[in-house]
Amino acid sequence: MWSYFANPERFDRLAAAMLPWTWGLTVLLFAIGLPWALVFSPADYQQSETVRIMYVHVPAAWLAMAAYAGLGVSSFVYFIWRHNLADLAARALAPAGAVFAFLCLVTGALWGRPMWGAWWVWDARLTSMLVLFLLYLGYMALRGAIEDEKLRARAGSILAMAGLINLPIIKFSVDWWNTLHQPASVIRFDGPTIHASKLWPLSIMALAFTVLLTALVLTTMRTMIVERRLERLERQRESRLEAEAAL
Amino acid sequence: MTEWLGMDGYAAFVWPAYLLTLVCVGGLVLHAVLRRRATAKRLAELEQVEGEA
Repeated sequence: MWSYFANPERFDRLAAAMLPWTWGLTVLLFAIGLPWALVFSPADYQQSETVRIMYVHVPAAWLAMAAYAGLGVSSFVYFIWRHNLADLAARALAPAGAVFAFLCLVTGALWGRPMWGAWWVWDARLTSMLVLFLLYLGYMALRGAIEDEKLRARAGSILAMAGLINLPIIKFSVDWWNTLHQPASVIRFDGPTIHASKLWPLSIMALAFTVLLTALVLTTMRTMIVERRLERLERQRESRLEAEAAL
Repeated sequence: MTEWLGMDGYAAFVWPAYLLTLVCVGGLVLHAVLRRRATAKRLAELEQVEGEA
């Protein structure tokens, strides 16, 4: 299967066919999710209107983690099979994941201040999320610091795979350590404990973020394929001009 | 409307969270679109130069 999709031209055709639908679905889901989150969903009996922050905070957190899982898996595929498309996927996922992690941290602070009385506490959930954000930055910095293309991709993939250990730590941090952060209320073995009036808009917003990330990554990967072709063409042109000048 | 914008006294927390989401998501989309356009333009230019050569 990997080899089938590892063909850049086949991937480009598939992505080009998918993208209008993906972007359209993103707009549709946000058009439903945002009014539901901001207007139609009820305020919380304890948290009042601050609960609306959840509809951006939780999807941002999930997507930051999902993007990292994607980064880890594509890095693994690249590391083992050396498929360049897997490396492109990793490169496209990293900045988007970093932005989602940042969004999760800041919206969390904006929620924490009125509800906990603190913008930030150094507890396990918040700290492991900060580590995720720093892993993204580290990954991008490492890639930026290495000149050789193959070495850069290889070193990046090793760092990304090592960072995967942080994902279960984030997920279970609220169970393993005492924390101000609430325990899981959606993804639980015994089903969600959050009321349907809030679970629905949350699910729509989470889906909107997911489809958005898909659209972003596919668009960026297509651009990267063209960029690589450009670089090749420019190199060819340079060497041809040099050869002509030498005559 | 005013009541809704007031967010029961939590407007200073709820609205910045949504504004930041808009900036982050909008920034990601804008960056992806501009990058795509710039690349397409560069390719068209290069192909034109090569066509003349």
